[in-house]
Amino acid sequence: MHIPNSHATRKPFLSLERKRSLSGWAFLSVAACLIIWLNFYPMVRGFIIALHTGAGANMTLSNPIYRNFARLFEDPQFRQTVSTTFLYLIVQVPIMLVLALILASMLNQPSLKGKAIFRTAIFLPCAVGLVAYALIFRQMFAHDGLINSVLIGIGVFETGHNWLNSVWSARLVIIIGLLWRWTGFATVLYLAGLQNIDRSIYEAAKIDGAGIFQQFWKITIPLLSPIILLTAIMSTNGTLQLFDESMNLTGGRPGMSTMTMSHYIYQTAFVHSPNLSYASAMSFAIFIFVAVLALIQIKVGDKR
Amino acid sequence: MYAFLSVASFLSVFPLYWTVVSATNSSSDIIKGSLLAGTHLFQNFYHLLELYNLSTALMNSTLNAVVLTVASVIICAMAGYGFEAFHSKAKDKLMSILLLSMMIPFAAVMIPLFQLTANMGLLNTTIGFILPSLSTAFLILLFRQSTRSFPYEMIDSARIDGLNEISIFFRIFMPTMKSTFAAATVITFMSAWNSYLWPSIVFRGDPSAFTMPMLIARTIAGNVTDHGVVMLAALIATIPTIIIFFFLQKYFVEGIAGSIK
Repeated sequence: MHIPNSHATRKPFLSLERKRSLSGWAFLSVAACLIIWLNFYPMVRGFIIALHTGAGANMTLSNPIYRNFARLFEDPQFRQTVSTTFLYLIVQVPIMLVLALILASMLNQPSLKGKAIFRTAIFLPCAVGLVAYALIFRQMFAHDGLINSVLIGIGVFETGHNWLNSVWSARLVIIIGLLWRWTGFATVLYLAGLQNIDRSIYEAAKIDGAGIFQQFWKITIPLLSPIILLTAIMSTNGTLQLFDESMNLTGGRPGMSTMTMSHYIYQTAFVHSPNLSYASAMSFAIFIFVAVLALIQIKVGDKR
Repeated sequence: MYAFLSVASFLSVFPLYWTVVSATNSSSDIIKGSLLAGTHLFQNFYHLLELYNLSTALMNSTLNAVVLTVASVIICAMAGYGFEAFHSKAKDKLMSILLLSMMIPFAAVMIPLFQLTANMGLLNTTIGFILPSLSTAFLILLFRQSTRSFPYEMIDSARIDGLNEISIFFRIFMPTMKSTFAAATVITFMSAWNSYLWPSIVFRGDPSAFTMPMLIARTIAGNVTDHGVVMLAALIATIPTIIIFFFLQKYFVEGIAGSIK
């Protein structure tokens, strides 16, 4: 008969439990280190850069140390890009979320015919790259573009409106573009959420005499509220970082009236005479905006 | 309801229809507002090839996106698996810290990332391109959440069979979680293919490293724009993601849905 060797009876250096836990750590270590190294560390580093002036090897602490941050409040161009970005946020995000809610609850009706076609059509813009769609909209709204041809054709304008060359219509085009590109995405998220809601709740509500609008307000909205919160945070975050559209749809023009914060930071940091430390201070401001708005949204969302 | 959905569908699809049509029209036909396919596709294509280095940009974009997708899906899948299958209090705490990184806007880290990449001599390289998005809390979360529904008995029996932990991950976990991997691949590939801000920082100094979004952005940079060429370039940049979207629509939707449960 085989006698187990003495090693097995001795307590091993690593118990099975500990060994398992260690292999778990091994599995996640690469990803965790990368996030710390490439997200958290640069965040801190960016703050430190913002406390300096000069470039390259000649970087010195600025005097006073908060100089770059103080400059934020005196820079009319920065203020302009902040208010433009917030304008996009305040106008586009609510319209998009309401539209997406309506579309998703329609697509979720069991009686709807041709569901697959509608769904594919509405999701399709999500598959288009940001630069590509920015160019498509730029062409559509160009002075000699399609929109003007159509509007002249049906007699709205005599000569066409120069959409991208006047402040408010250029901003409007960016908002229309954003709505086109992102509404489908929010609809996907809501539809996924709606499919997790038991249909019998709606049946019961119908029997109790609740109309379609009551069902929407009393069932759909409350049950979807975690996802509504998620989309609100995601789209706020995304809009505050808007870059591709500002860069390619309008180029920030006319003047700087459609330029977003990210675009201005990019310009300050990498175009003309680069000023990395001031750009870093602006970057930090975006971070504060995102963090504060996310906190507010989470607070409001929790109360409901 | 049908009217509303039809209008929404029309508005969603129309700009793309117009892109396809315009890619086949000459600049002057586009200005006239033509809504029908024309005969200028080959001329536009010829001009595009003549003016811009299309094949290089396509190759760069493909290489960058494929390398990033493969590397980042494996790294994040391992992490998600590690967090959930070897679940512990300390790991949960670490996960919630990592999740905070989703709150950090890219604009807030791009300058330090640029310096870091430059200091390592990785500007204008694929490695430099993939670094910032190699590991994302979003993908880790996606894998962690879907590992919850993984049948753990399979892991236990594989251990009894003597498989080591790494083989269990590649030979048991990966095949079982195919749909999560597909979703992660679609999401990562699309965002890698379309990314623009980071490439225009990291590939700034080297036209031979330009990607598709950078190339099509250049088609409008000059004084005279050939509308047909712009539309064709936008179309070519969009085709790969549209194809992926159509073939993997199910996974795309499921993948996003899976991450919000």
